[in-house]
Amino acid sequence: MFSLDVMFWILAISAIGAAIAVVSMDDVFWAALFLVASFLAIAGLFVLLNAEFLAAVQVLIYVGAISILLIFAIMITRNPQEGSTSNGFQLVAKLLIGVLLISMSIALVNTDWNELHDYYEIGPGVASQANTQVQAGAVSVFADTTPVLAQLLLKDYVLPFEVASILLLAAVIGALVMVQERSR
Amino acid sequence: MSLENFLLLSAVLFCIGLYGAVTKRNIITVLMCIELMFNGVNVAAVAFSRYILPRGLAVNPKISENDIATVIANGGPIGDTVLSTLLTGQVFAIFIITVAAAEIALGLGIVIAIYRNRDTVDITNINMMKG
Repeated sequence: MFSLDVMFWILAISAIGAAIAVVSMDDVFWAALFLVASFLAIAGLFVLLNAEFLAAVQVLIYVGAISILLIFAIMITRNPQEGSTSNGFQLVAKLLIGVLLISMSIALVNTDWNELHDYYEIGPGVASQANTQVQAGAVSVFADTTPVLAQLLLKDYVLPFEVASILLLAAVIGALVMVQERSR
Repeated sequence: MSLENFLLLSAVLFCIGLYGAVTKRNIITVLMCIELMFNGVNVAAVAFSRYILPRGLAVNPKISENDIATVIANGGPIGDTVLSTLLTGQVFAIFIITVAAAEIALGLGIVIAIYRNRDTVDITNINMMKG
């Protein structure tokens, strides 16, 4: 447990540090590279959360595809003289977003979540048979999440799954139409 | 490493992304900051799926504790369905990633089209629809 905690803090600090670098870098190319670092740290966090499939998807789609697209777009549009400077709203934005962050933190720390580990850690005197059965079930689900996820995606959520594929097709066609040269 | 840690991390990532999306002038940086916000939301969704017991599964002494327990203990399709609700957050994260991929493809398409017509990626100069 101790080493998992250490891993969490390393990954969390690198994700947040890379995210701060993304918004503070003036050079767009360096910002994109720090974005990749942040995505990788978040993939590690997914592994810590027993979401191995999502970690692989994160690496393939965010680190592999989206960042390459971003870097290509930067190379096509980059104007070496001007970086990504900020506009005049910085102070107002900092204040408002600081207030937002503080209120979100207070809300989510003070909420009484219905946490799973409360059920794991119930003592033997309190634990009913039902509790232990639910615990054992949860342990078996999180031991290997990919098959359960496949079942969910292709059975319970099959309609959103198909809609997502149509959405991707529409996005591909739309992007092609927009980027196409108008030869007239 | 608890639910609160992950939620705080996701809130911080979301706020950093929001700050960048509001203040930056380069469209591509704005798109990158929106991706950061998506990632913050994803972390929250996966953390909820890992740490929260859905109300329907929660063994509440008042309602039907033995029903749920027997269903899970007997296994089979119904028990699996009940247990797989634990992973709903991960399914949501997959759909969020899909939408983010579509969004970035369209967004960069728009960026390239604008750059070709106006020769700029600075959002303060893109004000064709200003009245």
